[in-house]
Amino acid sequence: MDDHAGQFVRAVSRQGPRIMLHFDGEAVEASEGESLLAALLTQRSFLRRTELGSEPRAGFCLMGACQDCWIWSDTAGRLRACTTNATAGMVLRSQPPGVDALRG
Amino acid sequence: MPCVAEIVVVGAGPAGINAAERLCAHGHRVMLLDEGRQAGGQGYRRPSSGLDLDMAALMGTEAGKYEALHARFAGLLPQIDYRPQTLVWAVEDRTLHVVQAGVASTLRFDALVLATGAMDKIAPFPGWTLPGVFTLGGAQVALKDQGCLIGRRVAFLGSSPLLVLAATQYRKLGGEVVAIADTTPFARKLAALPALARSPRTLWRGLSYLGGAMLAGVPVLHGVTPVKVVGDGHVEALILRDRRGRERCFPCDAIALGYGLKPETQLAELAGATLRFDEAFRLWLPQCDADGRAAPGLYLAGDGAAIGGADAAEASGGLAAMALLADLGEPVDERVRLVLRRRLARLRSFQKGLAQAFAWPVAQIRALPDEVMLCRCEEVRIGEIRQAMAQQLGPVEINRVKAMTRCGMGRCQGRVCGPALQEIVAGAAGIAGEQAGRLRAQAPVKPIALSVAGEAL
Ligand SMILES: Cc1cc2nc3c(=O)[nH]c(=O)nc-3n(C[C@H](O)[C@H](O)[C@H](O)COP(=O)(O)OP(=O)(O)OC[C@H]3O[C@@H](n4cnc5c(N)ncnc54)[C@H](O)[C@@H]3O)c2cc1C
Ligand code: FES
Repeated sequence: MDDHAGQFVRAVSRQGPRIMLHFDGEAVEASEGESLLAALLTQRSFLRRTELGSEPRAGFCLMGACQDCWIWSDTAGRLRACTTNATAGMVLRSQPPGVDALRG
Repeated sequence: MPCVAEIVVVGAGPAGINAAERLCAHGHRVMLLDEGRQAGGQGYRRPSSGLDLDMAALMGTEAGKYEALHARFAGLLPQIDYRPQTLVWAVEDRTLHVVQAGVASTLRFDALVLATGAMDKIAPFPGWTLPGVFTLGGAQVALKDQGCLIGRRVAFLGSSPLLVLAATQYRKLGGEVVAIADTTPFARKLAALPALARSPRTLWRGLSYLGGAMLAGVPVLHGVTPVKVVGDGHVEALILRDRRGRERCFPCDAIALGYGLKPETQLAELAGATLRFDEAFRLWLPQCDADGRAAPGLYLAGDGAAIGGADAAEASGGLAAMALLADLGEPVDERVRLVLRRRLARLRSFQKGLAQAFAWPVAQIRALPDEVMLCRCEEVRIGEIRQAMAQQLGPVEINRVKAMTRCGMGRCQGRVCGPALQEIVAGAAGIAGEQAGRLRAQAPVKPIALSVAGEAL
């Protein structure tokens, strides 16, 4: 599972300036104008784990309908990764803030 | 008097843009609301800014229509009140509840055109929730919106004419297509040919994509049964049974899954439209007349009214606007109306042919094993539905099943699992799909922050 780097493959290049954001404490490079989902999935195999079964999930519809791609920002709360643009300095988590603390 | 009517159009796809354009031409100030960042809707989606994507090459024969729609929208923009990134989350008493950039507000209207489009219709099968399985429409969005392929080696599975279209687009951009696998047997496609021949250009386009894929050596299978997705944490292979019953394994790292489209009808339902079960599409569709009238002051257009594709969306948007204008007592061009009605009728009957050639796999869904995940949001398996129904006394009703199992109650509000749940419930009860009832729409039609809902209520 670990050798599977990114789920998405970039087929078309982007012009936007390169920016940095943070996801679960790790630095992630992205392009301005890129969706959070594309930025994350070109480098990782999934976005989050489900609340009940702890299954990995990576979004599904990519058009804002299924809500499978929720991630959390420390300042902006819950975000839909497929319809939210990456911006410099975002601090993101795969779980709502506080969940890690609750789970111990 | 008529010129002071507050007219709101929801959805800036081909249907909504056409409706807004025609209303505007009659001197009305139209408000056009859309959840997306850019106008164009799904099929004519614009690439995100900064992406070096050659849309003309990707859109192929449809490039002209794509460019034309966006050029017309640019011309229309100064004359309308266009609000992107604005979600309409409820309708009641001629008032829309909207949220834009986290701020809630309400908008009064006299007449409402809903052009809310569609999403993929999904049938689950073992392993479909693994990362790497995306909707077929989503596979196209990844490409058009982000310039990304959903994986390196992609299998296209389901039953839809868009399987070959998307596979062709993926091959154009360097993706490896490991299989195009359709659950509908080839004989049913042949049987639908007379209906499909009513749109010879579209039929020819589909056949040429299919021919291109076969010439390139892509395995194209008809009449398959999906068996499972294999993988540890992500997709590693797709296993299916071919039409002869042989098990086939296609190593891949992504699967695009789609069984045609399903209209976004939630707002229409809240606004007072009546829904009826359509046997051809096996979906609950809003009832409206040939021009899109669904209730007083309520007009529906595009794929949100009846699945028809982009050309039908353009025609029905124009017709809905003309119906609205006529109801306001304004004169409309009868000749144009007739041309649009004829075009729409032809395109919709073509779509009926497609629904036959690319059928919703009722028997396959009803035969799915208990352990298959049905509701990906609340993580409810098919067995839990069947168990709940075995314990339930009284008449079978899908909303009761939902309340007992939480299936359809999660964050997507039944958008993904709804059609399959309908079949599972009907199958377990041994009744027709329609008799299982319909998952009712509820506001908010998409999840919004609690703080927003609190402010607005
Ligand atoms: C994901 C996807 C990809 C597709 N790709 C193709 C393709 O490549 N080629 C093709 O021919 N067809 C494609 N289609 C088919 C497509 O449905 C039609 O071609 C066409 O776009 C339909 O036009 P429309 O105007 O009816 O709806 P759409 O173009 O879907 O536009 C509907 C608009 O309504 C907005 N909306 C919906 N609900 C709300 C709300 N509550 N509040 C605010 N705004 C809202 C949406 O944001 C959207 O912009 C695709 C469909 C989907 C679902
Ligand atoms: S992937 Fe479905 S809403 Fe984002």
